[in-house]
Amino acid sequence: MTSTAEPVTGRAEQPEAKAPEPMISVSGLRKSYAVKHKRKTTSVEAVRGIDLSVFPGEIFGFLGPNGAGKTTTLRMLATLITPDDGTAVIAGADLRRRPAEVRRRIGYVAQGGGTVDEVTAREELVLQARMYGFGRAEAERRAEAALAAFDLSEYADRNCNTYSGGQRRRVDIALGVIHDPVVLFLDEPTASLDPQSRARMWDEVRRLRERGMTVFITTHYLEEADALCDRIAIIDHGEVVSLGTPDQLKREISGDVVSVGLAGPAEPAVALLSEMSYVTKVETPEGEDLRLYVSDAGTAIPQILRSLDAAGIEFDKIELQRPSLDDVFLAKTGRSLRES
Amino acid sequence: MTAVLGAPALPAQVANPMKFVRETWLVFQRQMLIVKRTPIRLVIGIAQPVAYLLLFAPLLKPALATVGARTTADAYRIYVPGLLVILVLLSALFAGFGLLAELRAGIIERARVTPVSRFALLLGRALSEVATLIGQALLITVLAIPFGLTVRIVPLLVAYVMLVLMGLLAASLSYGIALLVKNPAALGPLINTVAQPVALLSGVLLPLTLAPGWLRAVANWNPFYWATNGTRALFGGHLGDASVWKGLLLLLVLTVPAMWWSARLFSRRVR
Repeated sequence: MTSTAEPVTGRAEQPEAKAPEPMISVSGLRKSYAVKHKRKTTSVEAVRGIDLSVFPGEIFGFLGPNGAGKTTTLRMLATLITPDDGTAVIAGADLRRRPAEVRRRIGYVAQGGGTVDEVTAREELVLQARMYGFGRAEAERRAEAALAAFDLSEYADRNCNTYSGGQRRRVDIALGVIHDPVVLFLDEPTASLDPQSRARMWDEVRRLRERGMTVFITTHYLEEADALCDRIAIIDHGEVVSLGTPDQLKREISGDVVSVGLAGPAEPAVALLSEMSYVTKVETPEGEDLRLYVSDAGTAIPQILRSLDAAGIEFDKIELQRPSLDDVFLAKTGRSLRES
Repeated sequence: MTAVLGAPALPAQVANPMKFVRETWLVFQRQMLIVKRTPIRLVIGIAQPVAYLLLFAPLLKPALATVGARTTADAYRIYVPGLLVILVLLSALFAGFGLLAELRAGIIERARVTPVSRFALLLGRALSEVATLIGQALLITVLAIPFGLTVRIVPLLVAYVMLVLMGLLAASLSYGIALLVKNPAALGPLINTVAQPVALLSGVLLPLTLAPGWLRAVANWNPFYWATNGTRALFGGHLGDASVWKGLLLLLVLTVPAMWWSARLFSRRVR
């Protein structure tokens, strides 16, 4: 165990006194599929032993390319498919021993949604609430509240096939939380949405967290993982290759890059800064600014400024360049997520 | 890693029958609402039997004279039950298509994350298929009355029980086949291949009493042949005819395991 206050690693086998009990704890989860090709059946390992913990009130993101095993993992946790191996405890209920109990405590929204074209959002919401066991009056009350909360009242009594992509997605989420689950699983909540609808969906997800939900999303959008998620697991070929807050992940690979535009020749600055303990590497690209690799730009920049000033080296600009999550993905898998 | 998959002592629907009935009713209501919102499907479903009723009618009396139809009413008593069996059988055999479409659209997955019974999801759907077919069958029965069809109410009700069982059996078989095949493009030809001989060997259009011995011997193995004979006897008002109880018993004995089979496939194969 690391001694950081924040839970950085997936496995919290012995949570420290201050660390909360995980809301979702997954250990050794596996799933393979039989794939038939030219009369030969081969087994494809979709998920190869996933361990992670998600803590109450977190927005946890599963970031990875298509086919990485994100949806398979999510569907196992949502009781839709049975794992080949491994265990998971979700909101206090054991996934394998008490799937019915897990279903009561979680909400799940599939990537494609699941509304019927010929019925209205209100009818869908009432039915969904009734499938969770609520009586008619209570189901109608919940539907009304959900329509208001997701700003759908205006279209409540129109058939689902008349909705825009963003409206339909909001209906999907409203259906997923109609029973006030403790944990919400969202599979690619903003896939194929326009930027405006996407930003709006992020707000909806943040509001759900404010209502006390723990949200587990999958995404292949770097911006979404970065902007929305408290912690991210990067998943590739069915395995978690990296796990932490977006900032931790970025710092983990190469630290930050600070570029300095010098007024005079580079040599004295290189000689000076190479000696400093907070600088890991100095590069002088031809015709460009000096590039300093530091572990944390926030603490390094003031020191750089002081050192340069003290040595009387003149400079006209100083810039911070943080690595992106794509740099992290590239470092961990050898591929860029943007290309895959 | 310990084995954690504990088998429950009883299936959920047995352990909690009220929950199961309520959930089946919820699914049934929803499916009926969709039927109501897409009346075009009903029109298409009924167009063919109505066309048969109107266009085949003039041929009936002379054609069925050989099997003892002396009046137009006699002819209709033989012909209309066959028409209803065809309607129920062929339409219910295509129920699997609807199931595959709903699976692809994520509608069933959305229900499967709730604690709702898996069997209720399937049974509610099968019952809505059957209810729709029975409605269509009623319409055809009523339309045949001006042509001279006369029926007695109690045998007619028993005939409808027979049609309900046939519908449930055919829909369950269709669900099971659809879950095995999974590909709608392959399902169509497959069901057509099964449905055509089954329908013809039920003697739905013409009674197989006209058929040579070998054909009747083959038909004896077709449960829908027995059911068709029973339905005909009931439309003739012969409640006590042996073909009635034989048909009902055979359908019951087959429908229960067919439903069990499709429900099992549904809870195991759907993912």
